Amino acid sequence: MIPLNFYLVLSALLFTIGVVGVLTRRNAIIVFMSIELMLNSVNLTLVAFSSFLGDATGQMLVFFVITIAAAEAAIGLAIIIALFRNKQTVNIDEINLLKW
Amino acid sequence: MYDLIGLVVILPLLGAAINGLLGWRIKNEKVIGIIGSGTVGISFVISVLIFIEMLGREALERIQVVEYFRWIVAGNLDTSFAYQVDQLSILMTLVVTGVGFLIHVYSIGYMKGDAGFWRYFSYLNLFIFAMLNLVLADNFLLLFLGWEGVGLCSYLLIGFWYTKKFTGDAAKKAFVVNRVGDFGFLIGMFLIFITFGTLKFEPVFAQASVLTVGEPIIFWMTLMLFVGAVGKSAQIPLFVWLPDAMAGPTPVSALIHAATMVTAGVYMVARSATLYALAPLTLEIVAVIGLLTAVMAATIALTQNDIKKVLAYSTVSQLGFMFLALGVGAFWVGIFHVYTHAFFKALLFLGSGAVIHAMHHEQDIQKMGGLQKYMPKTYMTFLIGAIAIAGIPPLAGFFSKDEILAYVWHDGSFILWFFAAITAGLTAFYMFRLVSLTFWGNPRFKEEGAHAVHPHEAPSSMTIPLIILAVLSIVGGWVGIPKALGGGLAIKQFLAPVFERADRIMALPEHGVHTIDYALIILSVIIAAAGIYLAITWYLKKPQIPVELANRFSGMYRVLSNKYYVDELYDAAIVNPIERGSRKMLWRGMDVGVIDGIVNGLAKIIAIISKYGRLVQVGVVQGYAVAFVFGIVFIIFWLIFR
Repeated sequence: MIPLNFYLVLSALLFTIGVVGVLTRRNAIIVFMSIELMLNSVNLTLVAFSSFLGDATGQMLVFFVITIAAAEAAIGLAIIIALFRNKQTVNIDEINLLKW
Repeated sequence: MYDLIGLVVILPLLGAAINGLLGWRIKNEKVIGIIGSGTVGISFVISVLIFIEMLGREALERIQVVEYFRWIVAGNLDTSFAYQVDQLSILMTLVVTGVGFLIHVYSIGYMKGDAGFWRYFSYLNLFIFAMLNLVLADNFLLLFLGWEGVGLCSYLLIGFWYTKKFTGDAAKKAFVVNRVGDFGFLIGMFLIFITFGTLKFEPVFAQASVLTVGEPIIFWMTLMLFVGAVGKSAQIPLFVWLPDAMAGPTPVSALIHAATMVTAGVYMVARSATLYALAPLTLEIVAVIGLLTAVMAATIALTQNDIKKVLAYSTVSQLGFMFLALGVGAFWVGIFHVYTHAFFKALLFLGSGAVIHAMHHEQDIQKMGGLQKYMPKTYMTFLIGAIAIAGIPPLAGFFSKDEILAYVWHDGSFILWFFAAITAGLTAFYMFRLVSLTFWGNPRFKEEGAHAVHPHEAPSSMTIPLIILAVLSIVGGWVGIPKALGGGLAIKQFLAPVFERADRIMALPEHGVHTIDYALIILSVIIAAAGIYLAITWYLKKPQIPVELANRFSGMYRVLSNKYYVDELYDAAIVNPIERGSRKMLWRGMDVGVIDGIVNGLAKIIAIISKYGRLVQVGVVQGYAVAFVFGIVFIIFWLIFR
């Protein structure tokens, strides 16, 4: 059996990749995918703990997260399309409206 | 009939409500006029019936308190809406409703075509309601309600033509000056409540009548009440509002600022006669203030050229006479003069209104003259009024004025009597100066050609009240024919029960008929006749004399024609400092400096902080994300390793 630590390390690695992706990439779609990656790394952790502890609550929680993520993906992509229609770009450096 | 007294009071209020709420819809001046004067007329008829019933009763059973409902109950204070019908209040009610009715009728003609016709009648009816509350109240609080009510109506009617600035200014002045007096009245009322535990007349006076003369608390009480009277009745030093109050329509000047409201102070002092009798010092102050006012106002009236201003100062002067009478303890004489003065002064004011009406709102008597032939009815009635106020027997003014002079003489103060007699002469003089310049001689206005004035007699709705008042000015005084002339002083006998307690305290000697009384009567007639003669010679036969006199005594003339510079003095001493203080300290200093300073300063501080603080937000989303991540990392580390 694969020990719990492996799952946790993999999950941490995926999360870190996601964070770095969000912080460093300039393409909005890539940033968006990185966020999805972070979500799924957390899902992995939940499932791992659930299986390890023999408690189904974690797996149930994952279904919720996946459902929310599906809705979030629809909204997020819609926002990106709307942005693109207005700005003709998905480069987030050029989309700096959120300031004084 | 006594129980109907409430109807007398409520009818004018009803008229005011109908005209005030529906008048703009009725529009028809006839209907509005009939509602306005009709309600007061019915009130007058009812009060006459009550008066007749009163005459049928025994002297001691004539007083009756009619209680309607409890008004204010709080702690020890228990005040009712109750009207005290007695000799004094019924006399005042008759004057208020009677003269008020005539002036209402007159107003229908005078105010014809005015845009605010309904508003005018509504105010006038409201005034009658308030004034009736004042004179009929059975306690000081209800009296005060009426007192404030008449002040409000006075304010509304002075500023009736509100599109002109000076009427608004005059209205404000009247209101503010009256407020000073009312402050004194309130304090007097508080003192009465503290001392006697009630504000009802009968218990207060009954408790007071057993006190010793000269108690300090009574002195302060009466003095403070007198301050209220000084404000309302335009005495020194608060008389300045009355001449300005002439900015209102002339019938208003006749009703409010001559016949009724301004005599409220006299009524109030007479009503509180028991208290005043206990405070000889206050009475002395009342007498001196009254005399000073009489002299001062009469001298000012000598030089005024505005027909209404002359009459206004004459009113102030006559009110001074009334207070002089009260001051020497002759309370009934004060009321007697209120009563006769109401007739002839209302007559004179209404006559002047007819003149102003005829002259197309010209009020300067230097631009009149010779109106006798244009408006004979007005002229005749005005002349009767002038003779009455001058004090020529057997017209009304003679009897009341003569009683005042007689009482002052018997009071033992020759100086007071001397100045009062001089003032009586001055009264005759300035009244006949007015008649000479207005009605006699040659016209000083353009009779023909372009811009000519064509004076015309007033309509009958105006002349009929004039004629009735003229008749009253002749016969009104006959209820007070002195014993020396074979009369019975009916009005004194009639009022005696009201002043019984006061008279007992004062213990004025009942003077019989002496030779001195005849001498005084003859002397006062001579003084009046001399005043009339001088006025006619100076202003009709030798018009150069007054001009020469004015030139020779130019300093004195300037002082008189500028009304002793009292207005200027008040401006310099009170109005301007308050205005400057308000402008510089309260407005610029306190409001703009401190309050606005705090509010704006706070905003400025926040603006400065924000100016630098907002630089953190650069708009790069990933910058925010970095901060977000580091923040979470920090929090996690802090949670784990703290």
